[in-house]
Amino acid sequence: LTNMSATNYDQNCLPDLLPLYYKRLFPYGPYYKWLNYGGIPRHYFSHREFSFTLKDDVYLRYQSFSDQQDFEKELQKKCPYKIDIGAVYTHRPKEHKTVKSAAFQAQEKELVFDIDMTDYDDVRSCCSGADICPKCWPLMTMAVKILDRALREDFGFEHLLWVYSGRRGIHCWICDETARKLSPQGRSAIAEYLTLIKGGENQVRKVNLPDKLHPSIRQAVTIINGYIVDYLMEKQDLLDCEQKWKKVVALVPADNVREQLLEDFCGKLGKDSRSRWKILTTRLEQAVQKNMTKQLHVEDEIKLQFCYPRLDVNVSKGVNHLLKSPFCIHPKTGRVCVPMDPRKIDEFDPMTVPTISGLLDELDSLEPAENNDQGKKIKDYKKTSLGPFLEVFETFLQGLESSRKGKLIEQSDIKMEF
Amino acid sequence: MEFGNRTRTKSKTNDASRATDNRYPHRLQLYTQPPSDTISLQEFEELAVERLKVLKAVETVGITQQKGTVKYNELLEKEIAATKLKDSILRIKSVHPEKESDNSYRDHLSHFILRLAYCRSEDLRRWFLTQELDLFRFRFQMEDTRSRAQFLNASNLKYKPVSREEKNYVVKQLDGLDHMSNIDDIEYYKVPFTEALDLVRNRKVFLQSGFAYVPQDDLVSILLSVYRTLLSQALTVTARALPSMEEDGRLLPMLCGLSKRYLGQDYGARQQNVGAVTADMIDMLSKKSFPLCMQNIHTTIRHTHHLRHGSRLQYGLFLKGIGLSLEEALRFFRTEFIKNTDVDTFDKKYSYGIRYNYGKEGKKTDYTPYGCMKIIMNNAPATGDSHGCPFRHFDTDFLKQRISTFGLTKDGVEGVMKYVKGGHCQVACAKFFELTHGISDSSSEVEMFIQHPNQYFEHSQKLLNGPAKTPSTPRGVKIVNSQTATSRSSGSDTSIKVETMDETMSQEQMQAMEDDMV
Repeated sequence: LTNMSATNYDQNCLPDLLPLYYKRLFPYGPYYKWLNYGGIPRHYFSHREFSFTLKDDVYLRYQSFSDQQDFEKELQKKCPYKIDIGAVYTHRPKEHKTVKSAAFQAQEKELVFDIDMTDYDDVRSCCSGADICPKCWPLMTMAVKILDRALREDFGFEHLLWVYSGRRGIHCWICDETARKLSPQGRSAIAEYLTLIKGGENQVRKVNLPDKLHPSIRQAVTIINGYIVDYLMEKQDLLDCEQKWKKVVALVPADNVREQLLEDFCGKLGKDSRSRWKILTTRLEQAVQKNMTKQLHVEDEIKLQFCYPRLDVNVSKGVNHLLKSPFCIHPKTGRVCVPMDPRKIDEFDPMTVPTISGLLDELDSLEPAENNDQGKKIKDYKKTSLGPFLEVFETFLQGLESSRKGKLIEQSDIKMEF
Repeated sequence: MEFGNRTRTKSKTNDASRATDNRYPHRLQLYTQPPSDTISLQEFEELAVERLKVLKAVETVGITQQKGTVKYNELLEKEIAATKLKDSILRIKSVHPEKESDNSYRDHLSHFILRLAYCRSEDLRRWFLTQELDLFRFRFQMEDTRSRAQFLNASNLKYKPVSREEKNYVVKQLDGLDHMSNIDDIEYYKVPFTEALDLVRNRKVFLQSGFAYVPQDDLVSILLSVYRTLLSQALTVTARALPSMEEDGRLLPMLCGLSKRYLGQDYGARQQNVGAVTADMIDMLSKKSFPLCMQNIHTTIRHTHHLRHGSRLQYGLFLKGIGLSLEEALRFFRTEFIKNTDVDTFDKKYSYGIRYNYGKEGKKTDYTPYGCMKIIMNNAPATGDSHGCPFRHFDTDFLKQRISTFGLTKDGVEGVMKYVKGGHCQVACAKFFELTHGISDSSSEVEMFIQHPNQYFEHSQKLLNGPAKTPSTPRGVKIVNSQTATSRSSGSDTSIKVETMDETMSQEQMQAMEDDMV
């Protein structure tokens, strides 16, 4: 399956490509299975808000659909450029005008996180803005690992859907029942627990650790340690030249240590990033041992500032916040918003994510109507490069399904007790 | 809350039939069950007022002292000891069990009475919730470990200490490889993380699989979380039930009056000073005796010969409060405004508004001058406006510049800005008052509280012109019956006067209130 089609994408063709995508490739079945959550409660899908962005930036809010068929029909009719998923409301969102405004309330929604590469512009030297490349992509890899661990191990969440946004970021949808029912205070508490980078342009040192490190911080540093050589030293070449090492040394709070380091580096001690890093860490360790500094964890603070995930708390706080849907197309790149497997995140390469034009090309060269073992028609999307990504999604769905089954058994056991 | 429909004996404070042990298994409680006895109207009012004094003390002490410190505890204990509910709130040694039950009953009852008074609006609910939570924290911290465990039991809170092995594991996780703590005397409680959000948010607790392992010292944080949820819901329910309460007109007026007392003196009607100030005196008076907010508006009108609506209201009512008559007010505003517009426009557009302020137009209400709370919280100034509170609404650099022009020392300016940065606008204003009137230096603690611009004016005038004795500036924290009432105090009709001090709120509380209003 070829990847060359990625370069064939032309934004202007989108109006012609989208109808075909929505007809043959959008995975309606699995998608509905997800958002329906087993029909518990029954209205869950029909009370969900979607928003569509149509051609020419026409924005439609409070879209809702009664079932999969209704959803499919509307999508194929309107061919939105962008689809956002919002909250599950007390009433069908498309009927919200018929309800008293105080009665129409957002009730539940997945807990979501949005990580955007532009928030790392001050710590990546290869790209800025909307660009990404293999040299800075590891930031997203580390973000997935660190957050996935914390959300599963610390908070006990099980059903996480990680998605590539199609251009410069990633999203995480946490779909456990407890997560969907969280209050805004609960959501913001989790987001703040996961936030270590604080401060804007005027703040040089953005990470300030207490003397005793919380276990989650230690865990994050452990994960980052695995990427120091490959990412910090080689891809980013962190201490390559004076302009770059000055930025790093600026994070050292103790004046004397900072001056010593600048002296070391300018005095040609160390010949490349790796050797300079060794000098840096040694000096910092000495400083702590000799009581030259009050901050005990400067080395960790530097690692965290350059590598720890930066999330937008506002996206996570609100129950009614709308976030881009998986499986829609990013208009600028043509790439599909695909699920990622956190267990194989090191192998994920955003440059190989299928584009809409590429997929449609693939469809053209497919063998007609193959049947699977059960004699059923295999869905088109499974026959294209989209297939593996659908598998990740199916695994996620199976997890949700078995959780639901487990809960039902639990409940019926309780009932049978008497 | 049920009053009157019971066949129980009428309850007087020392009625023995009330004093049963299992009614109050612990002196602290979360007030989940309403009381159900009859009491006299007098006792009803007394309990309400006394508890209000307690809550006011909680608020005031919390402003000047950091919660949980020794100084805070001592000061608050002293203040509460001056109220009639002291035995119900504070720990007292060796009490007869009958008396103990009685004390708990008064605690119980007074809480529920104030719920009725403070459920009626979002502002009141928020205030009541904040003070009750702080009071609970204060009381809980005073209990020993055994008593705290008893409380958990009595309140049916299923927080059990974890096993030794689990505790070992948790502490090891927290310590890492660095140090080993002594864990024998500290219990850890396993709590769903959703009930420990404050601890989670600040990474102050170990989390695993969705549970927070809370050391006993932090348990109060969990309890406060639970209490907040309970009380917040209860207040909403009470507010909804209030209209349909069977009420025969004895309680509601009293309850309304109670929550009004929290707003303090209003410098409204019953002013004896009408005519004391004339239009030409305003300039001179403004220089020293006007608070910064009013000086700002005055400067604006002098320079631009115009004021926008919000400023006209705030300033116009203030001037009325200092004694400017309607005729003089019209004279003052007309003289200024016609420098920029013609007389006809003034008479048509603006004079109506001035007469409206004095209750001569429209529904003829004699409007009261805005207190600090209203100026700070409502109607924030937009571009082009000159109303509001400078200590709250001005850009900090601009404010610093402004107050530096009043002859303050650098330290003095810093002293004021310190309070501004902490969000304590009214304390900053008081500090500014003290420095400009030379009654304190930059390093001393602020002793007065500004809660009304007209209060500022009156104190200033008294200092500058009044009789030689020092004026009875309200010293920070006293909530006692005011026998030394100033000649300006609006005579309250009820016999018990609560000389309230404080509408000051921290930045967070203000932000929370604003978020609510949006």
